[in-house]
Amino acid sequence: MDVTSVLFYVFSAILLISGLRVITAKNPVHAALFLVLAFINASCLWMMLGAEFLALTLILVYVGAVMVLFLFVVMMLDVDLEAIRKGFWKNFPLALVLGVVVLIEMLLVVLRNPLITTAVNADPATNISNSNKLGWVLYTQYSYPVELASMVLLLGLVVAVALTLRKSEKAAKYQNINKQVATDSKTRFTMVKMDSEVEDKGDAQ
Amino acid sequence: MMDLLQHYLGHDLGYAVWYLIKAVIVIVPLTLVVAYVTLAERRILGFMHARIGANRVGPQGMLQPFADLLKFVFKEIIIPAKASKAVFFLAPAVILICALATWAVVPFSPELYFTNVNAGVLYVTAIGSLGVYGIILAGWAGNSKYSFLGGIRATAQMISYELAMGFALLGVIMISGSLNFIDIVNSQAGGRLAGSILSWNWIPLFPMFLIYLISGVAETNRAPFDVCEGESEIVAGFHVEYSGTPFALFMLAEYASMILVSALTVIMFLGGWLSPFPQSWGILGQHSMAWLVVKVLILLFGFIWYRATFPRYRYDQIMRLGWKVFLPITLVWIFVLGAWMVSPLSIWQ
Repeated sequence: MDVTSVLFYVFSAILLISGLRVITAKNPVHAALFLVLAFINASCLWMMLGAEFLALTLILVYVGAVMVLFLFVVMMLDVDLEAIRKGFWKNFPLALVLGVVVLIEMLLVVLRNPLITTAVNADPATNISNSNKLGWVLYTQYSYPVELASMVLLLGLVVAVALTLRKSEKAAKYQNINKQVATDSKTRFTMVKMDSEVEDKGDAQ
Repeated sequence: MMDLLQHYLGHDLGYAVWYLIKAVIVIVPLTLVVAYVTLAERRILGFMHARIGANRVGPQGMLQPFADLLKFVFKEIIIPAKASKAVFFLAPAVILICALATWAVVPFSPELYFTNVNAGVLYVTAIGSLGVYGIILAGWAGNSKYSFLGGIRATAQMISYELAMGFALLGVIMISGSLNFIDIVNSQAGGRLAGSILSWNWIPLFPMFLIYLISGVAETNRAPFDVCEGESEIVAGFHVEYSGTPFALFMLAEYASMILVSALTVIMFLGGWLSPFPQSWGILGQHSMAWLVVKVLILLFGFIWYRATFPRYRYDQIMRLGWKVFLPITLVWIFVLGAWMVSPLSIWQ
């Protein structure tokens, strides 16, 4: 076995184990960390396939941003694991049936049309990088789907803001940054004229 | 050298050993520079505060970093009660690995680099975005309110400034048309104003250069954006529970990423190893690694200078600066740049 296949099996094994630990870990923070490990190993596998852009973007977007926010929320929530585990055996048969159905569907898809993908691969002869080529394809052949997807994302962004923004005078206090920045010494200091204090003897003691 | 190793150790092992040697060649000088940046920071801050600073150990305090190191190593490592032990020790390792791993793609001159990958910029941003895990985990694992608050602050801040930094880098990528660092530096030597300080990216990308510089300070959690340490409010922020060697690792990582951000700024905007003088000036006009080092040192001095000069930002103002000021400016400048590049006024033809 050469080094590449050894690395492949190492990364795949860690990926599978950490994927399993995501759903079995008791501590939600540990589960989130195992998901991060799974993402990183998936990215290593992609890197070995020569898909450097996808690999690095997976780390940048999912590990670097999405999972950080996930972790952020999980750490702040007080998750009561016992309460979540209570109904485990009651719901187990239903979950098992659903799991088997999903597994059969996936197997059917994989077995019927084997995953032969025409990967956008870097061509060593022309020295055009993977990212460069991906960019060409995305903005020529697939430019309408890309634009459409970006509009959907923008819509999601706007809707999320619109749903959560409650701009009523009573509910929230807003800072006027311009007003804060425009302060000078006159608004902060007041010079008070007063007589100098007279040292009194005896009483204080 | 690599052929020799492969001859004796076989193909794969020779390859691995050669890259290990190269890694040591990069990391050992880097660690030494980190050691002396800490000393320089103490001496320069001392000078700016009109006091002396560390000058007792060795001539001019030159052995102070090693004395500090010895002290860190011999201190007891205290693990807080109810700390998540594995994560507690994982956090400093993660932060240090991320700070060092990024150096794998940073070129020092056209011939001197660890690896020359095509997606260098992507790699740096990807690994840089991992660094935040070290802080958030350190904050959480210590089972302390202060460190948790510090970790949360750092996370929100770093994610916000990563966006502005990413968009600033987009401008650089647009001009050079490549994600490769060596191509990026070489593209700064060309164009209509070739061969002078004016052809470097910092002039046409001036707003992005400034934003990258400031975001770099925020990304490394240095003053005036060091609210995640915020001594006056949350003791020492995310690393309040750490002592001994793990604490030293945090310090090492902080200074290593400071040097890294400086090096990246130099490569992206200040012409990397390109000389500011015309080629005819003899040795001063030669492009060499020395220029890179000089520029990095100037930026590092800036880092220390900001710390002595600016008071700490208020937290909501930091977030406002990142989202409402830097992000719109970079977005607008990307459109301006695009229009500029296709117009007849383009200086990159």
